[in-house]
Formats: sequence, C-alpha cells, structure tokens
Amino acid sequence: MLDIPLWKKVLILGICAAGLLMALPNANYSNVERYNDAVSAMEGGITSPELEADAALWPSMLPSNLMNLGLDLRGGAHLLAEVQVEDVYGSRMDGYWPAVRDALREERATVGTIRRQPGPDSELRVRISQPEGMEAAVAAVRALAQPIATFTGVGSSDIEVSSAGDVLTVQLSEAERAATDDRTMQQSLEIIRRRVDEAGTREPTIQRQGADRILIQVPGIGSAQELKSLIGTTAKLTFHPVVGQTSNPNARLDGRQILVPDMDDAGTFYILEQTPVVTGDDLVDSQPAFDQNGLPAVTFRFNGAGARDFGIYTAENIGSPFAIVLDDEVVTAPVIQSAIPGGTGQITGNFDVTESTQLSILLRAGALPAEMTFLEERTIGPELGQDSIDAGRIAASIAMAGVVVFMIASYGLFGVFATVALLINVALIVGILSLIGGTLTLPGIAGIVLTVGMAVDANVLVFERIREELRTAKGPARAIQLGYERALSAIVDANLTTFIIAVILFVLGSGPVRGFSVTLGIGIITSVFTALFVTRVFVVMWFERRRPKTLEV
Amino acid sequence: MRLRLVPQETNFDFFRFRKVTFGGSVVAVIASIVLWLTMGLNFGIDFLGGTTIRTESRVEVNVGAYRDALQPLNLGDVSITEVFDPTFADDQNVAMVRIQAQDGAESVTPEVIATVEDALRMVDPAITFPSVESVGPKVSGELVTTALIALAAAMAAMLFYIWLRFEWQFAVGAVAALVHDVVLTIGIFSLLQIRFDLATIAALLTVLGYSINDTVVLFDRLRENLIKYKKTPLMEVMNRSTNETLSRTLMTSGTTIVALLALIILGGDVIRGFVFAILWGVIVGTYSSVYVAKNVVLMLGINRDPKKPDSGAGTQFGNIDA
Repeated sequence: MLDIPLWKKVLILGICAAGLLMALPNANYSNVERYNDAVSAMEGGITSPELEADAALWPSMLPSNLMNLGLDLRGGAHLLAEVQVEDVYGSRMDGYWPAVRDALREERATVGTIRRQPGPDSELRVRISQPEGMEAAVAAVRALAQPIATFTGVGSSDIEVSSAGDVLTVQLSEAERAATDDRTMQQSLEIIRRRVDEAGTREPTIQRQGADRILIQVPGIGSAQELKSLIGTTAKLTFHPVVGQTSNPNARLDGRQILVPDMDDAGTFYILEQTPVVTGDDLVDSQPAFDQNGLPAVTFRFNGAGARDFGIYTAENIGSPFAIVLDDEVVTAPVIQSAIPGGTGQITGNFDVTESTQLSILLRAGALPAEMTFLEERTIGPELGQDSIDAGRIAASIAMAGVVVFMIASYGLFGVFATVALLINVALIVGILSLIGGTLTLPGIAGIVLTVGMAVDANVLVFERIREELRTAKGPARAIQLGYERALSAIVDANLTTFIIAVILFVLGSGPVRGFSVTLGIGIITSVFTALFVTRVFVVMWFERRRPKTLEV
Repeated sequence: MRLRLVPQETNFDFFRFRKVTFGGSVVAVIASIVLWLTMGLNFGIDFLGGTTIRTESRVEVNVGAYRDALQPLNLGDVSITEVFDPTFADDQNVAMVRIQAQDGAESVTPEVIATVEDALRMVDPAITFPSVESVGPKVSGELVTTALIALAAAMAAMLFYIWLRFEWQFAVGAVAALVHDVVLTIGIFSLLQIRFDLATIAALLTVLGYSINDTVVLFDRLRENLIKYKKTPLMEVMNRSTNETLSRTLMTSGTTIVALLALIILGGDVIRGFVFAILWGVIVGTYSSVYVAKNVVLMLGINRDPKKPDSGAGTQFGNIDA
C-alpha cells in the first residue's frame, strides 16, 4: 500500500539533489560571480593572471548559474523612459520632400511652380501656383505611396495625401505611423543597449514596456543621473547649409529655416536650412583623432548614399559655409574648401580628448531616433542593498529556526522530516531562480520567508489528517496512506488559489513586485512538491525500515 | 511530550457568539472605511508622484535643521522623518526626506533633487544618499489603476475558481472574507498612517492568497463532511469541520507568524511596512476564514440535495435555525 516504486524514489531524490546542486553557487556568491566574469572574459580571448586566478575560484564542473540580485539588493539605477515617437514623423516627412518635389516638377505644366510651406512637423505642405492642377498633383504624389509590409497594415499605403485650396498636404497614414513607432522603439532599444554595453556594466535590464516606454535597470551604476547621461544624449548629428549668422536669439526666420546656437560661443546663432544635407543615420564609422594642429577631433565616414549626397553638395557649394550640428547646437561651421567626394570628414571643435572619445562612441552607436523623457528614476546605493541582504539573511535564518522548533515540538519525528523537506524546499527555490536567471528582490526575500512559514502548511495538513485517521484505528500504514490521499484536495485547492494570485501579480506587477511574485509562485510549486513527494518518501522509507506497530504523529 | 496548540478533540461552538463576531467584523469593516475616508492613506510616491531621498550620516539627524535648509527652496510639501531600526549600527543615522511632485512637471525633475542634495550637504557635509527615488505624476496615476485592476482581478479569479470547485455560496463567502481582510488592512494603514505604496499592494495580494488558502482548507473539510453527515444541520457540520481543522489552522498561522515576526523585527526598515501588512493580513485572514466566510455561507444556505432546485437563501437559513 505504502510502496513507492524505486524509480519514483530515485526521481524525487534526484530532483532534490539537482536542486541542492543548482543552489550551491549562491552560497559562495561573490567568488562565483568573479569566476563567471573571468570565464566570459577569457572566452572573449582576453587572458591575464588575475583572470586565471579568478577562474580557479570555482570548479568548472559544478553549475555556476547565480540568482540575479535585484537593484534593491545590489544597488544601481532604474529609469523609465518615454520615447517621443512623434519626433520621427518630421524627419520622415523631410525624407519625402525630394521625391515629392521631383514628382511635382514633372507635372510642372499643370501644377505650376511649387513651394514647401511651413507647417506642423508631421505634415509636408506644398503650395502650387495653379490650384486647378491640384488633382493631377495629388495623383502624382499618391503614386509615390508604398504599400505597407507589416502584418497589421496589410492593404494600406504609407502616406495620405489631401488638398485644401492651393495647398497639398502629405502625412503618414495611421498604419504607417504605427509601423514607424514600432521601428523607433526597436531602434531606441537597440541603441540604448549598445550604449549601456559600451559602458561595460553587468546584467543590465533593457525592456520595452507598453507602446512607447523603455525600462532600463543597470546594477552597480552610481546614480540615475549617470545612467541618463550615458543613454540620454541623443547624439543626433546633421549637416545643414548655413544661411547666415547672427547674435540675435529672436532673429526673423523664413519658412523652412531654423535658428541654432553655437556650442561654445554663447551669443552666436546660426540661421540654417531646416532640411539637412546628410544626417548621422548615414554614418558608418567615427573615431577620435587629432587635427592638423594637434587638437582633439573626431573623424567620420559616411555610407554610399551619404557619401554621394555629401559629395554633390560640397561640390556645388564650394566657398559657402555649412554647419555641423550635434543635438541642436552648432559644433562648427566651416567653409567648404573643396568637394569632399570620399564621404569622410573631420569635426574639429573645442573638445578635449575625453569629449572627442565620448562623442565618437555616441556617433558610432548611432543617434537615438527620438527624444526621451524620464517618468521614473530610482537610485539605490550598494550599501543599502548590502544592509538589506544582511538583514534578510538573519531574518530568514531566525524564521527558519523558529519554524523548525515549532514543527519538531509539535510532530516529533514527522516534524524532523518536514524540516528536512523545508530546507530542500528553500534550496529548490534558490536553485530554480538560478536556473531560470530569476531576480531576487527585497520583497522576494520576504516571499521566501513567507513561503517558509506557509510551506509547512501542506505538511501540517497531511500530518493532521494522519492523526485523525489514526484515531479511527486502521493501523499506521493505512493511516499514513489515507492521510496523504484525503489531504490532497485541500492542498491542491489551497495552493492553486495562491498560485493564481502569484500569476496575477506577475502579469500586472512590475519591478520588485514582479520579483516577489516569481519567488512566491516558485515557492508554491516547490512546497507542494516537497510536502507531497519528498516528505512522503522520507516517511515511507522510515516506515519500511521500522515497521512500527503504533504511530505517534 | 508534544506541543499541542489545541487539545486533540475540541468541540468549540464557533457560532455561539455569531452575532457578536460577525457584528464585530461588520463594525470593523465600517470603521476601517470611515478611517480610510477621514484620515486617508499615507500614499507613497508610487501613487502620488514625487521624490523620496534616504539620507544617512554619522552625525545625529537634526530634522529641524534639514527643514530649515529646504525651506527656502519652495518645494511645496516636504516631509522629513527620522528612521529608527534595531538593525542600524550605533553611528548610523537615517532620515527620509519626501518631496511632493512639482507642479506642471510631467516627468521627474532631476534639478530639484540636485538642489535638495546640495542644501542638505550644507547642513551636514558627511551626509550620504543611499537611495533616491523619483516618480513622475504621469506614471503614478497609471500605477494606481494597475494596482486596483490587480486587486479586482485577483478577487474575480478567486470568485470564479471557488465557484468552479465548490458552490456559489462558498465563493461569495470566501470573497466576503477577502474583502473583509483587504478593507481591514487598509483601515490599519489609515489609522497608523503607514506608507502605502506598490509593495503594500503586493502585500495585500499576498494576504488575499493566504486568506483564501485558509478559507479553502476549511471549505474543503466542510464539503467532505456535508457528504458524510447528510442529515446533520448545516451549522453543526460547520462547527465540526472548524473543530477538525482548528489544529491545522493554528499550526499554519503559528509558523507563518513566527516567520513574519522574525522578518519584521530583523528584516530592516525598508520592508517593514510590507511585512507588517502581511502579518496583519495573516491574523485577520485566519479570523475571517472562521468567522466571516462561514457565517456568510450559513446565511446564504446550501442546497444539500442536488435533486431539489435551490430553495433560496432565506428559507434554508430559517430551516436550520428552527
């Protein structure tokens, strides 16, 4: 009746052993961490005596997966950024302008002369001198529309063309906006990831949240401010034709012109054409360098299209100045000395070496396609995290000891079984967290401690049931069997309901709350497993060996 | 000699003071709602937006001096509280500075944080800032909504699950107990003005989980006994079920409370509010399983003969009482 097949015993105890093994690296956290870093560095082809020493800190045959420590335990910075996806519409419309212009020029006979009008960034407005030719103009521009290739936008095209009087308006279609937003987010994520990686921090979390938000968590970084300066600089590089130079910040501008301040000289402003000749998007490489005077500078190289545009423009405009604009400030506005056909160039400005290096990194990583505003920022110091870990460790040990005393005092030998199962339970939680790369947060520690308290519940249910069954005097073996059988429905229902709550927390929660839900959920699974299988194996093995005539639970 | 929290066989009449206990619960729920409406909850920045700065220094915290330093900055509502904790070292002096969300700012305001830090450094050059958290008003509004959705979703899920596994009367009883627990927890948070933030919501959900766990164990036994003792009046079956599971109820609550006590005393001040909410919820949840959930089921009555159509709440209740 009580027999558990051998394979089942082996399997159950094997899972326990595997859990203990997976949990083991966490007992020696800092050493294993150094070992992991050393191993990954050496895989990258770097070796040094220090790395070799670190790599010897942990036997390579043992598992080396660790739980991630959440920001609240390790310290670091957390940012929630909102990407201003609409920013991109403007440059998309600018990108359309040459094609629209060319298409309308071909229809010159019917539409007359054309002129781009100022308007909102997300619209391209063109005035034609012969309004009666509007129909032809609209048709010509519509012909430029491309079908959208995305799944949701099937059947629609990327632009919408409308007209009012003598003004023709082009804007992105709804579906194209959605597709553009999505691309903007992907691009922003990728660029942030590259920038954070360049800084070489450990296990950053960079996640998209909702339609237009990005969550960035970087452990070990000094402050949210530092993180922001790492990712927040847009490094948007553009080359504009210069119209004029002024010291008046309110200078009058014609239609498609912008006023941009000089980076170094506070009182100087440049009037520039709004549409850039080339942008940083066409940049393929950038390196820190020194100019002919030995001052720090940054070199750059364009891709094919950028090189061609830049070559044509410089060839046509020898003798006139053009401005290199970085993040809405003019870095420098040199006069074009000769055509630059190769697509390479150099930015000289008032840089020091660190700035030129930083700038080249930012340019290389690419510009953020859109601005970001920060909705949430948190900095947690490493000492506070360490304090929390220490406090949590002590509290967990005391909690465990208290529960153990309570259980053994109440159930004697069965209490000992439950205690061993409880230790295995905690090891399993830690082991699974390590295996799936889960994150332990401060509420997560509380979750484990709570699980320690609640994990005994399933055991208690079984033991109490066995006690009851013993009273009806059916013999110990039968009582144990019935105890497990009859307690099952209560255990399943009780734990399933709690598990549902853990799932809801996981789906709706964020950050530490989510970490808590993961430990709670795993804790429920492992505690049911240990109570129904592990304790049972212990009880049955003990029973088979002793064959007691009476049983005291 | 074994530790027994309760004698082997108990025969308490849990319904003897039904009017007192259930009435007491109703009064407590109403009192909690009144407290909530009159005193309000001490919402953290997660829900209101704003900034909290944790300061630490070797020098004693001088709340007055901090306040004077921040006064000229015109930051609106600034609260400064010193934090005490048994886990702190002797020369560890901690305070929390909280600044309201600045008017008109959608996102966080790093400049404000910088000026506050500078002002505090003027008072105490050795001061450090172990944590600085800032939440913009735009997000905090959404966090409130998400939190409410989470609570509602959890309740709905419980209602559905128990209805599926038991009878609808059980589901109503269990959810009544859950509402009772949540409201009482909110009540104590209003009364003691403990900071109410996202972690508290997580704690509330945990309390839901624990309370439902407890209720389900009782219901499970009740379901079993209802089949076993077909002719016994409902109230007696309930009493028997509660007595049979009493030992387990106290045992599990006992171990959980022991664990939570360790955490609340030694776990540090950062999670104290969170743990307190759970501890309170466990106590209230244990009580409500016995005194709220079952009273509600008793009032609704259970159709114990599946062949007969449900004769409705009132009559069933009348039959038992008679």
